[in-house]
Amino acid sequence: MMRRLFYNKIFWAAAILLGLIGAGALFAPQMGLPDPQEVNLAAKLLPPSSEHLLGTDHLGRDVLSRLLYGSRVSLGSVFIILLLIVTFSTLAGSVAGFFGGVIDSAIMRTCDVFLTFPTIILAMFFIAALGTGLTNVVIAIFFTHWAWYARIVRGIVISLKNREYVLAARVAGTSRGRIVARHILPALAPQLLVLSTLDIGHMMLHVAGLSFLGLGVQPPTPEWGSMINDARQYIWTQPQLLIYPGLAIFVSVMAFNLLGDAMRDASDFSFAEVES
Amino acid sequence: MSALLSLKNVHRRYRRGGFFTRTEMLHVLRGVDLELEEGASLGLVGRSGCGKSTLGRVALGLERPDKGSVCFRGEDIAASDPASYAEFRRSVQVVFQNVQNSVNPRMTAGEIVAEPMRNFFGLSKAEAVERSRPLLEQVGLKASDADKRPTQFSGGELQRVCIARALAPKPRVVVFDEAVSSLDMLVQARVLSLIEHIRDEQGLAFLFISHDLRVVAGLCREVALMADGVIAARKSSVKELVATGHPAIGELLASLPPAAPGR
Ligand SMILES: Nc1ncnc2c1ncn2[C@@H]1O[C@H](COP(=O)(O)OP(=O)(O)O)[C@@H](O)[C@H]1O
Ligand SMILES: [Mg+2]
Repeated sequence: MMRRLFYNKIFWAAAILLGLIGAGALFAPQMGLPDPQEVNLAAKLLPPSSEHLLGTDHLGRDVLSRLLYGSRVSLGSVFIILLLIVTFSTLAGSVAGFFGGVIDSAIMRTCDVFLTFPTIILAMFFIAALGTGLTNVVIAIFFTHWAWYARIVRGIVISLKNREYVLAARVAGTSRGRIVARHILPALAPQLLVLSTLDIGHMMLHVAGLSFLGLGVQPPTPEWGSMINDARQYIWTQPQLLIYPGLAIFVSVMAFNLLGDAMRDASDFSFAEVES
Repeated sequence: MSALLSLKNVHRRYRRGGFFTRTEMLHVLRGVDLELEEGASLGLVGRSGCGKSTLGRVALGLERPDKGSVCFRGEDIAASDPASYAEFRRSVQVVFQNVQNSVNPRMTAGEIVAEPMRNFFGLSKAEAVERSRPLLEQVGLKASDADKRPTQFSGGELQRVCIARALAPKPRVVVFDEAVSSLDMLVQARVLSLIEHIRDEQGLAFLFISHDLRVVAGLCREVALMADGVIAARKSSVKELVATGHPAIGELLASLPPAAPGR
């Protein structure tokens, strides 16, 4: 998989782009940018200048600074969601796949229930019950997405648990826990990595979308979706205020999708190699 | 003195069919009785799909029989205390047919052979990997092969790694499930002579599962025929088994490829 990815131009383009976005997010506080939340009505809607590279918004805040700090929210929340989902689903899916029977049925029926909730509706439910905020958006996305991962993990575990090398490990006296850690998780990890990379873009859109609707990140915290919302009233006069965060969302979602695609293609190839 | 490993009236069913089709039970083992003494070399033949591998998995303790019991030195493994179960686990080892799937592609040959020694002898990983080197030499590989990964071996070499893993915990019985069937003729002959050599040297008992009568005829001192979920006959040579005129034997004879020079 690695060797094939090495020669894939799209993979490198996407990876470099994401590296830049990631570096921007990580090092935003160190870059000496103006405070993204500092309101200065005297300097509102300024065109680009050496002081404000991308100009200022309707409250005189620096747009570039808000974009970079916004990426921290978008990327950060998505990584937290994925961490939660991957941990929880790997646990649930492995238990279901490994033990089978009643435990398996119970976990899978629970998955079926969760798979029927649309993310936006569940998010609205949480927000109505618990109030607006990023945490509730994270919870809503977690609840509506973990079941997909759990089902996939279960499928892989079932296909692996009767693989000869897992049987051989049992004959070799390896305990169940060690079999999972030594033989199953390492086979699962690359597939989960590909799957979650393909899903990052989708989740970023959820976070941005809910924030655009005013349900997620609350002002004045900078976030791409809420920046678009702020810019709505200036769509004809100051379209760049809408275009910058729009472009940021577009480019990062696309880069994650391309990266995921490249990884999936590369891993398909190596699966074929193993089968033959 | 009770037999080393014995199956008593073993039944095994599988559920077949999914959510929408009516589930039906596939009764694969229908009362298997089989005894394996110390040092025995028993071939188990039967047409493909008759349940030989299932019998092997049950004998290895990988699957529970639905009815009947598997006994190691006369003691039911389902009811034995942890110490005697551990002794059974160490003493009964296996080599499978599908060579590529038999080894974890992310481990080195040394780590693969080390796995049972770490579990049964409480060795550290480094110690066990060192002890895998003489074992690899014993099966005709090089000590330095311990650092190679499965993709760097041919099918025959990989099967030797699997044999080394099976021998590592110093077992009393090894189950070979079609262990040479996926290899080509020449490699098959070499691996078979290795198996024969190890048996004679270490006095191992083995159960050699195969659908190829010629392989069994060349290697085993006893042959059992499986048909309709039971052991239909057990004889001391393939010739005598053929003489019983059991219909399943006729099928096996007909399925043999034309005689090839060599073996
Ligand atoms: N885990 C399983 N679940 C359902 N059916 C199985 C399972 N394992 C084996 N079978 C079925 O049991 C029968 C015997 O299989 P097997 O023991 O592999 O036969 P053999 O090794 O003699 O070719 C086959 O029909 C097979 O489809
Ligand atoms: Mg078989």
